Amino acid sequence: MSDLAVSPNKIPAAPSAFAKALRNPLWLRVALLAGVAALLEIYGRLYADPAFMSPPSLIVNAFFTKIAPQPQILLALWYCVAQIAAAYALSVMFGVVIGLAIGASGFSRSAFFPIILLLYAIPQVSLLPLVVLMFGLGPVAKIAFGFSHGVFPIIMNVVAGMRDVKELHLRAARSMGASRMETIRHVILPHAVPSLFTGLRLGMTLTLLGVILAELYVSTGGIGYFTRVFAESYDPAPLFALTGCLAIIAVLFNELVRLAQNKLTPGKRRPPTLKNSVKE
Amino acid sequence: MERPSLATRSVQIAFLAVVAGAWFFATETASVSALFLPKPASVYAALQRLVQTASFWSAVLVTLTTILKAFAIAIVAGVLVGYAVTRSKLATQVIEPVISGLFTVPITLFFPMFILFFGIGTGSKVAYGATYAFFPIALNTIAAFATMEERYLRAARSMGASQLETFRHVLLPGALPVLITGMRIGFFICFASVLGGETISSVAGIGRNIAHAAELMESARMYAWIVFVIATSVTLNLLVYAFENHIRSR
Repeated sequence: MSDLAVSPNKIPAAPSAFAKALRNPLWLRVALLAGVAALLEIYGRLYADPAFMSPPSLIVNAFFTKIAPQPQILLALWYCVAQIAAAYALSVMFGVVIGLAIGASGFSRSAFFPIILLLYAIPQVSLLPLVVLMFGLGPVAKIAFGFSHGVFPIIMNVVAGMRDVKELHLRAARSMGASRMETIRHVILPHAVPSLFTGLRLGMTLTLLGVILAELYVSTGGIGYFTRVFAESYDPAPLFALTGCLAIIAVLFNELVRLAQNKLTPGKRRPPTLKNSVKE
Repeated sequence: MERPSLATRSVQIAFLAVVAGAWFFATETASVSALFLPKPASVYAALQRLVQTASFWSAVLVTLTTILKAFAIAIVAGVLVGYAVTRSKLATQVIEPVISGLFTVPITLFFPMFILFFGIGTGSKVAYGATYAFFPIALNTIAAFATMEERYLRAARSMGASQLETFRHVLLPGALPVLITGMRIGFFICFASVLGGETISSVAGIGRNIAHAAELMESARMYAWIVFVIATSVTLNLLVYAFENHIRSR
């Protein structure tokens, strides 16, 4: 509206690079996060109780002095990465195969999909002590728990993707003489790809959750042991640094799946990048 | 969803029967250690004993109040933050990806910090559950208010609706379904994360009792607790599902 007030012989100057950056969401986001970090730094240095809070600079410092030089912690982190990878690989394999089997026909879908939904509604964390009791304190329990979290969203999204094929496309395939297998291969599967990737991303998030829950529950070894030691000795800097390492691992795993999605989903089939609401 | 036919129903019943039968036979023939899988009868007996103890109900009460406190905090914070963010397009563009990005990182990572800040009692579980449930509620609030069609708002304005009237008659009814979905997801995340927090480290509550039974290797009691949790969760799911349908159909 204020543009109207500018007299016609005065051309408004092109916005400077700085003014442009001010309107760019990406830079504003970076600035926002930097601002939060700066506030934490000030608060941590001036006001916080050093037994509970640590300024970001000391956390980074703690990573180099207390995390990186300790081979046991690095080994625990490495185990964590390997467990996530193994659990996710199993989730994808079983999730896709079971999802395809259930989604292949209307009958199997209406018979087995409610069972999957029922299993998915179980708060799996109540089974965590049982899983550890069964599989022991080692990596197997963590892989199993990550797998049981990750597999369900993949199954559900594969089934959902195969279900939502337009009737028109199916009829077109049939009328052109496609067999059942050809219809699945050329119509249903390509249609299910975007939904599959939604499932793969959700599956990754939940696999991470499962593995980390199990890691924290088993406090006699691995990551859970070190977090407990740091928390109980009121030594927040290395605790935050270790948590930061895990967060970076989680972000990298998520990014890996997102990159695969962008690479493997051609053009229009890609779901909108600004995901607006959370659904199952 | 297709209407369940007799054939699909019988497949489902057969599936459940096979699972139950497998449980029964595996324990009767002792091919699985009773430590991992106790007999159905002993689980039932343990559950019967459990519900008669006072400690059972106090544990349930602890968990229930923790969940409700966490959920209340998450609703207030999530809706306020979400609504505030959508008041500006730029703020939505800047902040929405931050919140949705954080949500893909398991908040469980930060659980030891909650223990550090709020102690091992219920406070840390309230904070942890509230933090976890905050994200879906805030994200869905943002989605609900940011995707509101501009023309409805313009129509309301042009008909002389005040800010409050616009909110009451246009924004809120339009946003409600997505808001409710966010709250449902938030509630079950809250439920699971409070249980998880109690399982990992706490002094009271349902999760603590499951972990404790596992530590003592009293599998029948552990299974009794698990059965209770699963039954509660399934019942809650059905109730919330019915409630949500009721809201939507109005």
